[in-house]
Amino acid sequence: MSEHHIKLPEGSIEKTTTTLNLGPTHPATHGVFQNILELDGERIVSAEQTVGYIHRAFEKIAERRPLYQITPLTDRLNYCSSPLNNMGWHLTCEKLLGVKTPKRVDYLRVIIMELARISDHLICNSIVGVDAGAYTGFLYVMQYRELIYEIYEEVCGSRLTTNIGRIGGFERNFNDIAFQKIEKFLKEYPAVLREFENLFTRNRIFMERTIGAGPISAERALNYGFTGPNLRAAGVDYDVRVHAPYSSYQDFQFDIPVGTTGDCYDRFLVRNQEMWQSLSIIEQAFHKIQEFKGAEAEVYHADIPEYYLPPKQDVYTKMEALIWHFKIIMGEIDMPAGEVYHSIEGGNGELGFYLISDGGRTPYRLHFRRPCFIYYQAYEELTKGAMLSDAIIVMSSLNLIAGEMDA
Amino acid sequence: MSLTNDIIKQKLTEKFGDQVTDFTDPYGMLTFSAPKELNLKVLNFLYDSPELKFRFLTDLCAVHYPDQAGKELAVVYHLHNLEDNVRVRFKVFTDISQPDVYTATGLFSSANWMERETYDFYGVNFVGHPNLKRILNVDEMDYFPMRKEYPLEDQSRVDKDDEMFGRGSMIGFKGEKKNEGAAIEEGKVN
Repeated sequence: MSEHHIKLPEGSIEKTTTTLNLGPTHPATHGVFQNILELDGERIVSAEQTVGYIHRAFEKIAERRPLYQITPLTDRLNYCSSPLNNMGWHLTCEKLLGVKTPKRVDYLRVIIMELARISDHLICNSIVGVDAGAYTGFLYVMQYRELIYEIYEEVCGSRLTTNIGRIGGFERNFNDIAFQKIEKFLKEYPAVLREFENLFTRNRIFMERTIGAGPISAERALNYGFTGPNLRAAGVDYDVRVHAPYSSYQDFQFDIPVGTTGDCYDRFLVRNQEMWQSLSIIEQAFHKIQEFKGAEAEVYHADIPEYYLPPKQDVYTKMEALIWHFKIIMGEIDMPAGEVYHSIEGGNGELGFYLISDGGRTPYRLHFRRPCFIYYQAYEELTKGAMLSDAIIVMSSLNLIAGEMDA
Repeated sequence: MSLTNDIIKQKLTEKFGDQVTDFTDPYGMLTFSAPKELNLKVLNFLYDSPELKFRFLTDLCAVHYPDQAGKELAVVYHLHNLEDNVRVRFKVFTDISQPDVYTATGLFSSANWMERETYDFYGVNFVGHPNLKRILNVDEMDYFPMRKEYPLEDQSRVDKDDEMFGRGSMIGFKGEKKNEGAAIEEGKVN
């Protein structure tokens, strides 16, 4: 019976390290990507990442679609904050087309974008909690993400992959329920966020798990192309909203929170602080919107008949509107030739759209700058020499979203 | 002090003469190109020059222009000077039959995966890259899918069996084939 039939690969007995596949469908990866870890006991010797499991060729598909049909593709990049991606895309198109949006549209967009940022950071931070062994926070804040999704629902009808807004504005004005829900959110959320912070920020276990886990210096972070909260946690105050204001962000007062060590704890704190800042921005925008009077208070889109669908009653009764409706739906409108790069501050950092148009109805080339894809390559450096359990918490605190990584 | 496009242009011309060409500024972003052999020299100059300091690689991708003979592939670098908050776009063009371009990984760690992605989709061979293999597509793939000679599938083609994906019989291209759901409604299936 001593004879066994398992054939071991050459050299496997002499090998002193263990190979561990973390992913592609491991619960701790929160998405479909794989890490091949080489472990010495519990220490990580090296990590090799494999991405691309949900690659959907968006850039190729986009080469055959008119502009507004690309919006649903952007939903599926970082699906924790699809409105941000949608707005980024619309702003890119508007830059190409030279559309100027009314102030009220900008403020409405700011509200939606900041809500999306809160929902993105909320998921990320509560998942860090889950991976550190604290499930409560996650379940507790989930209610308030739900409230944000209800606001999306009032505005555009959908929740996760929102396809929110149009080129030039929104498809319809915000209704009273939407404003009531935003007000409710503004009223209730601060207490929740405070409690969430109380649960984690000075929690002994949480601090010991996250302080010093996956640190990165500012210099290395910049060299690795980090942006967003992960870069700010390393101490660099780069925020696209401030450096290249879009959608009237220059009208708002807010701080850019920064960390010092760039470890998981700093990333957590920066995200929490950003939620407070976002709340304050939403509040400011909400008040600014109340100040519009008369006809201005009803504006919810720019006047661009070539790209913005005419009102339905006009389509049924007026020839001109019917023609535009048909042309827009069929994507028969040629866009101006040009080359434009536009970026916004997404949930994970600088979300860029590089659009080349040759004057046809579809983009000649569209490239998404996905922050997640770019900073995930630092993962090996972040986890080298760390414990296996750190590897997991580093992964969740980077907020790696497979949809954004693979495009 | 503020760095303007004119200053950058002047610095580049001082250093490289007429090697750096095609200065334009679409939508305010200075765009220029250089021969592909010079890409690292230009990137290094932009990085090291105390006035320019373009030390952040925002984006790296390729574009395929099948009609430009000898310059079919463009590799596009978006660089950012975070101190003065200025962006530039730098392009190098290469022949598609010999798409060798020097790697920027020595300068920017972030270029590693971006170059792998560019190789994966356009077949640009980054000379000196530490690990140039496919990243988003499967390793077995033997073509570069984002090149223009691979058009997207014709959506009205009928020779493919798409029934498992909810298409096919639903659209009704296949004439004689009957929708199973309809058959149940008509009571023909028990």
